[in-house]
Amino acid sequence: MATHLPVIGGHAEGFGKTHRTDPWKSGPAITLIVFLTFIVYTTWAALQGNHYYVEPYLSPFYSPVLWTNANIENVAGAAPEHLAWFGTWPSWWPGFIPISPALLILVFPGSFRFTCYYYRKAYYRSFAGSPPGCAVGPLAGKRKYNGETKLLLIQNLHRFTLYAALAFIFLLGKDAVEAFSKGGKLGIGVGSIIITLNVILIASYTFGCHSFRHLIGGRKDCMSNCGKATVTSGAFKKASWFNARHMQFAWLSLIWVMVTDLYIRLVSMGYIRDFNTWN
Amino acid sequence: MAKRLFKVWRGNAEGGEFKEFEVQVDPGMVVLDVLHRIQTHDANDLALRWNCKAGKCGSCSMEINGKPRLACMTRMNSFSDTETITCQPMKTFPVIKDLVCDVSFNYEQNKRIPKFKPKPRDADGQYRMYQEDVDRVQEFRKCIECYLCQNVCHVLRDRDGREQQTFIGPRFMIRVASLEMHPLDTDDRIPELKKEYGSGMCNITRCCTEVCPEHIGITDNGIIPLKERVVDRFYDPVAIIGRKLLGRKVRTKTRAEEEGKK
Repeated sequence: MATHLPVIGGHAEGFGKTHRTDPWKSGPAITLIVFLTFIVYTTWAALQGNHYYVEPYLSPFYSPVLWTNANIENVAGAAPEHLAWFGTWPSWWPGFIPISPALLILVFPGSFRFTCYYYRKAYYRSFAGSPPGCAVGPLAGKRKYNGETKLLLIQNLHRFTLYAALAFIFLLGKDAVEAFSKGGKLGIGVGSIIITLNVILIASYTFGCHSFRHLIGGRKDCMSNCGKATVTSGAFKKASWFNARHMQFAWLSLIWVMVTDLYIRLVSMGYIRDFNTWN
Repeated sequence: MAKRLFKVWRGNAEGGEFKEFEVQVDPGMVVLDVLHRIQTHDANDLALRWNCKAGKCGSCSMEINGKPRLACMTRMNSFSDTETITCQPMKTFPVIKDLVCDVSFNYEQNKRIPKFKPKPRDADGQYRMYQEDVDRVQEFRKCIECYLCQNVCHVLRDRDGREQQTFIGPRFMIRVASLEMHPLDTDDRIPELKKEYGSGMCNITRCCTEVCPEHIGITDNGIIPLKERVVDRFYDPVAIIGRKLLGRKVRTKTRAEEEGKK
């Protein structure tokens, strides 16, 4: 076998160096901007602990509400006690941690997206420059590369974050159903549509998950029953449809969950009015 | 079409440089046609590999304007009228001459993979499998072995190729996938996949999929499902405990490890 060294052939060497003439930087740059916007907004919104509920809409960042504030009249846009699973915030809650239901929630969808096979491509390219683009010099230069064999072995637990993500589809679905009922009266508002669209996009993203596709059938070499369709082969085909659009649903759901929180926040703050059939 | 400026890397294993050629380009030409015109009129000794001119033999792989592509499938009208076109050999493999590389690295990787081991024939002496079950692996059979995916894979390509001993590369992950997912195959290559072929070295940046001229879902349909099978075997604590409780045994050692134990 011929040895590789030295590398010759006129190839550019160094971070970001390439002979490519197409706009390869635009993809990683857009990813970087959208991700940073999402991270900054989500962190800010999660730390607020207010304006996340305006009847009948609950922000997806704060769902499910595990604990809520004891005196909600003092906290604008906080969920009422009957929506909280465990009532009001416990007295043992450490004082240095902000009282915000979102802090207990976001680790689950956050870890699902962090370990997602699509997002790995996005952030390895945009944040780690490993590599920043195809046939483009890596950020790490010629330092040793370990891939996902050392610290990033954690990525192999993606399927466990999937289990939590599947539970969240039901939780957010319940919120979407409740968004069509205010004070016991059925109706519809712009917020109901936004919240419903949010759970549809998140479900579409989750059902396209590579781990999901593997667990429901992909792990088998033989999915049919003598060539006849089975539940397994049908589910695998449907998951494959979502999987082929995993990137699109990843971005749409990421942006839409932010839009949903922002909408509810602005309605709660009184900056915009929710058009609905109740008023 | 007017004359176009081409920069073609010329040299051998000792070194080389870009040479410029101004070439008349006619409508309908692809980059390979232009390189043949250069060969005919300006540089008779220009070395390049080609065969079918139809994107099916995988011979004319090179880097055109920095992107790994087949020269026969890269149409000249895909470039702007004033763009200089740069042609280089693939970076991942050692240069023999000009645009021709020594791709024997790939043949060595192929030899490492245990071959197809079918289950016994049915009573009537036939093998039976169903289209529904082989749809997945048929996609992998489209591979023309152009090695563009091997070339663009940053694990093999960067760091002067030092990691070439640690990862078998996307083309051969696909070959492993075509065997592992085959409904008739009975062999087990999962321990080798993790410990010898370096499935963990792939960080799913999908460049292999982007450059594949056959549009094979290398990452989504081949590498990731294999990584998930490695998770089943080595990293999923629930699956590992479940197997222990049910007394199900699976291979976790490679053939080399098993032989070493003996």
